[in-house]
Amino acid sequence: MLKDIASYMTYDLAKLDHGSRLADALNFFIYDTIKIFLLLAVIIFIVSVIRSYFPPEKTKRILSHKKECIGNILAAMLGIVTPFCSCSAVPLFIGFVEAGVPLGVTFSFLISSPMVNEVAVVLLWGMFGWKIAAIYLGTGLLVAMVGGFVIGKLKLEKWVEEYVYKFHSGQSREIMKQAFKERLAYAKWNTADILKRVWLFVVLAIGIGGFIHGYVPQDFLTHYAGNGNPFAVPVAVALGIPLYSNAAGVIPIVYALMEKGLSTGTVLAFMMAVTALSLPEMIILRKVLKLPLLAVFVGIMAVTITAVGYLFNAIL
Amino acid sequence: MEIKVLGPGCANCHKMEELVTTAVKELGIDAMVEKISDMQEIMRYTLSTPGLMVNGKLKHSGKPLPSLEKVKELIQAEA
Repeated sequence: MLKDIASYMTYDLAKLDHGSRLADALNFFIYDTIKIFLLLAVIIFIVSVIRSYFPPEKTKRILSHKKECIGNILAAMLGIVTPFCSCSAVPLFIGFVEAGVPLGVTFSFLISSPMVNEVAVVLLWGMFGWKIAAIYLGTGLLVAMVGGFVIGKLKLEKWVEEYVYKFHSGQSREIMKQAFKERLAYAKWNTADILKRVWLFVVLAIGIGGFIHGYVPQDFLTHYAGNGNPFAVPVAVALGIPLYSNAAGVIPIVYALMEKGLSTGTVLAFMMAVTALSLPEMIILRKVLKLPLLAVFVGIMAVTITAVGYLFNAIL
Repeated sequence: MEIKVLGPGCANCHKMEELVTTAVKELGIDAMVEKISDMQEIMRYTLSTPGLMVNGKLKHSGKPLPSLEKVKELIQAEA
């Protein structure tokens, strides 16, 4: 179906010759664009409906006084569905601590939320297939669980700014009850909002796939950062940490790197480092965390993400 | 009428403030728009910023931001 539409647009509307490089590129571009936007719209809509059941207030309640381990697992998974933007990191962190969510569990949530989300998974699925998407989802959750668990075990509560513990926001806020119709309206609104923010990056990524494909030598980067170079993963992670982008923004780069011969593990590690850690987020978190804890956080994340990168380069 | 925009000062909070100021101007109503950036104060009402309070009631919180029309609606509902 989609293939027919793409072919019709390429050969009948644009009147390009069969078999020419431009026609192939355009055909591929149209097909992929339609396919990925359909996927995005459907999945974001479904996730948005689920999301409406998990406002931060509810997530906080679920996680409060949870044991470590089970708490880390739950927090990492709730990170996928609980809406959260980096500017909410501070109130969220304080709210969690105040509600008795263990520090490590809070971190599992903070790690997973920006890194593992439906946009990242759908884009990986649409561009590289479901296997890569599933791997990213699985290891992303693993990184969030392990990272948070280790931070919890290190007992670093003393490095949280003192005022956080003195917080008493008083009455617990009530969670607004929503009718299912309102949830659907929210989901529609949220889907439109996300698509509006990411569409350009997606088109860019597909464009790179369609047009630059074949113009730069396949093994251009392999020479420097392929499987043979043991430092490829740590270098990719180190480059990714200060860079800031959401999952959609990093996809064009991911595509280009993958296309040019970087191994999957290295690229996925790079993507995780970009989305999970960033300089602006560190500056925001500095308001609630003392410098040593921030440093430990970055360190643990760097090590876990690097390990994941090596793991996949070894098996894939 | 008393309107409060809750936000520690991120990009979305600034956008929210602009939306609210424009809405108030276009509606031509007499309202005091106050920006709340004190964390203790914000957290009394919501965990997800930016938030919008009209006459002491939380009308919106978190992302995505409401449209200008929606903001007008939220404000007028309390007028």
